Amino acid sequence: MVGSALRTATRPAFRAASAGNLARCVSGTAVNTFVRMKASLPDLKYDYGALEPAISGQIMELHHSKHHNTYVNSYNDAADKLAAAEASDDVAAKIAIQPLINFHGGGHLNHTLFWENLAPKNQGGGEPPSGELAKAIDTTYGSLDDMKKKFNAALAGIQGSGWAWLVKDTQTGNIGIKTYANQDPVVGQYIPLLGIDAWEHAYYLQYNNRKAEYFGAVWDVVNWKAAEQRFSKA
Amino acid sequence: MASQTYSLPKLPYRLNQAEATSSSNLVHHLTHQQAIKFNAGGHMNRTLFWESMTPASSAKAGPEGKLADAINARWGNIDSFKAAFEAVALSLQGNGSTWLVKDPEISILEFMTSKDQDVVPAGKIPMLGLDMWQHAYYLQYFNNKKSYAQRWLAVVDWTAAEKRFQAGDLGDVY
Repeated sequence: MVGSALRTATRPAFRAASAGNLARCVSGTAVNTFVRMKASLPDLKYDYGALEPAISGQIMELHHSKHHNTYVNSYNDAADKLAAAEASDDVAAKIAIQPLINFHGGGHLNHTLFWENLAPKNQGGGEPPSGELAKAIDTTYGSLDDMKKKFNAALAGIQGSGWAWLVKDTQTGNIGIKTYANQDPVVGQYIPLLGIDAWEHAYYLQYNNRKAEYFGAVWDVVNWKAAEQRFSKA
Repeated sequence: MASQTYSLPKLPYRLNQAEATSSSNLVHHLTHQQAIKFNAGGHMNRTLFWESMTPASSAKAGPEGKLADAINARWGNIDSFKAAFEAVALSLQGNGSTWLVKDPEISILEFMTSKDQDVVPAGKIPMLGLDMWQHAYYLQYFNNKKSYAQRWLAVVDWTAAEKRFQAGDLGDVY
């Protein structure tokens, strides 16, 4: 029973983190045991400079090899500490480590999804959505441009660090736009379809404080195919 | 950390005097409150940040007088203080500030962090504050927050911090 609860809890993480399994269930014995695998930094499907001029190669390299990598390493540290606390059934320690799991695990999930929903023009970046997701966008927002306006307004409204996501509501099937603070991941009721990083490290070297310019430019490299796949799987 | 509670000022009209969209007026009012809190906090925090610093050529290596005594009593020496301050600064998740504050009621010095543009809560007096928003260091240090925090400690205006330490209340600080 514990095994199935764990499996349910990790399933969204597994789907989201295509970079590497965060948990693998080993069965065939009387009790299902989980072999915890380390999170790892996913490779990008494009070069660091491939998203220019929307996002500079300098930003992409720092963002992927430093920021995301730090989330991966810090998540693994926190996961080790959590495992140790679980092994000794130290409830206080388990609770104390939760903010670090949330922050670094969330950072890893968010950035993994982000790299996948960006693409250079020669890999479809910037091409508008099609299929069921396109229909849902038109039904919900009227048009893609209207959706982008609302999305960019949400991004502009983030005070501090965070992300804006196009999400699917698993309860209603509707799509919507939600913002999350810091590295809080999209889990639970909502499924992440498309995310844009609004942390300053995502744009500051290139756009300085002109974040509206970044929010406008990033759509040129959005990979709607990734969002469509997530929508149809949800 | 404890968060400051803000009370809504009285609206200049009774809610039932507003038009049919009274709930949207309230939302509008609350949105302005949020913007006021964020921007006012940002102004206060930035002001303290600028006033926490002085050019390296005129900066003292550390505090003197009563503040030095209090820091040594709490952390042993200035180097241990700096290492501890740096650790707190690096522990901030997201944007915010790191503060050395005095609790005047129980006469202790402590570190605290405030997230985003939240201000130091009532009851604590800030001695000095380090802006940990990414825009404060990114162009120079990229993601190397440790280097930023370490180097920043070399431009702290200890004379100003000593004055705030002697201050009786927040009126002498802000």
